[in-house]
Amino acid sequence: MKYWVPIVFALTLCAGVASALDVNGQIEDPVLETRYESITKQLRCLVCQNESIADSNVQLAADLRRQVREMLLAGQSDAAIFDFMTARYGEFVRFNTPVEAKTLWIWGSPFVLLLIGALVVFRVMRARSRMPLDDEPTPASAEGPPGPSSGSR
Amino acid sequence: MWKFLVPIAAFLGLVVLFVLGLNPNRDIRALPSPLIGKPAPAFNLTDVLDPSRSVSSTSLQGQVYVFNAWGTWCVACREEQEALLQIAQQRVVPIIGLDFMDDRTKAQRWLQQLGNPYTAVAFDPEERTAIEWGVYGAPETFLVDAKGRIVFKFISPLTLDVWQKEFLPRIEAARKGGA
Repeated sequence: MKYWVPIVFALTLCAGVASALDVNGQIEDPVLETRYESITKQLRCLVCQNESIADSNVQLAADLRRQVREMLLAGQSDAAIFDFMTARYGEFVRFNTPVEAKTLWIWGSPFVLLLIGALVVFRVMRARSRMPLDDEPTPASAEGPPGPSSGSR
Repeated sequence: MWKFLVPIAAFLGLVVLFVLGLNPNRDIRALPSPLIGKPAPAFNLTDVLDPSRSVSSTSLQGQVYVFNAWGTWCVACREEQEALLQIAQQRVVPIIGLDFMDDRTKAQRWLQQLGNPYTAVAFDPEERTAIEWGVYGAPETFLVDAKGRIVFKFISPLTLDVWQKEFLPRIEAARKGGA
């Protein structure tokens, strides 16, 4: 398909820029290189805390990228690399918070909030449905502008 | 009843959150080290002043020591040097330096000009030992007990105040624990 050509071209440009950061250059094996890019994007640079080590130019990020590269070339798994980093720098080093017992509240709180919201909506709706239908629009007033029918109340 | 209690509870919850979160004394960049209570990572590096000598964790076995990560590129380390020199004069525990991501000549000049508070300074230009210790900035100071475990980590420049309040009691405790 034709639209792939510019995309692939653009990606090669990015790859050139990214590898320019490192003296050691890219990993030959494309599979490892993909994993390398994915892992370095998921690790936080602790010096500039909102950047990943893939994006950061500081020396620590470069040295951590070297660490990731070496571990990949040594045949280590992604999990082993993440474990290595969290053992030294703590959970904060990961952008993707793993789902564990102690992080359950982080992952669970949106659903709890959603549930509370749903409950509120449910109760409000039920309360409204019990109200007398005193302001039910007559065919004539239904023609009027939409919005709260405040004037009549 | 509920209509009053729920907003008040929510408000109190927010107050607690803000008191904890907006405390001006808290360094929001300082991260708790997962290495506290764990064995200090082993290292074997050359001495920054004398490349033929080595500085290693094995030579420090059985000793309570302070491990201070620094570099000549670090402005705050210059600030810290004064306190370190005074702490060194107290001769409480050996202070081992870790000069990382640095240039040997620059580091030697630094120690000559500002004074050398260290018992020995390990030279780590490739930052491998620093990564093992989870160092992400400088200065960072660790306290290692006689069993070789990291007891405490302090991020940002050491002061005599911090030394007295945070380090001396822990050194005391580490000595009692080791005896």
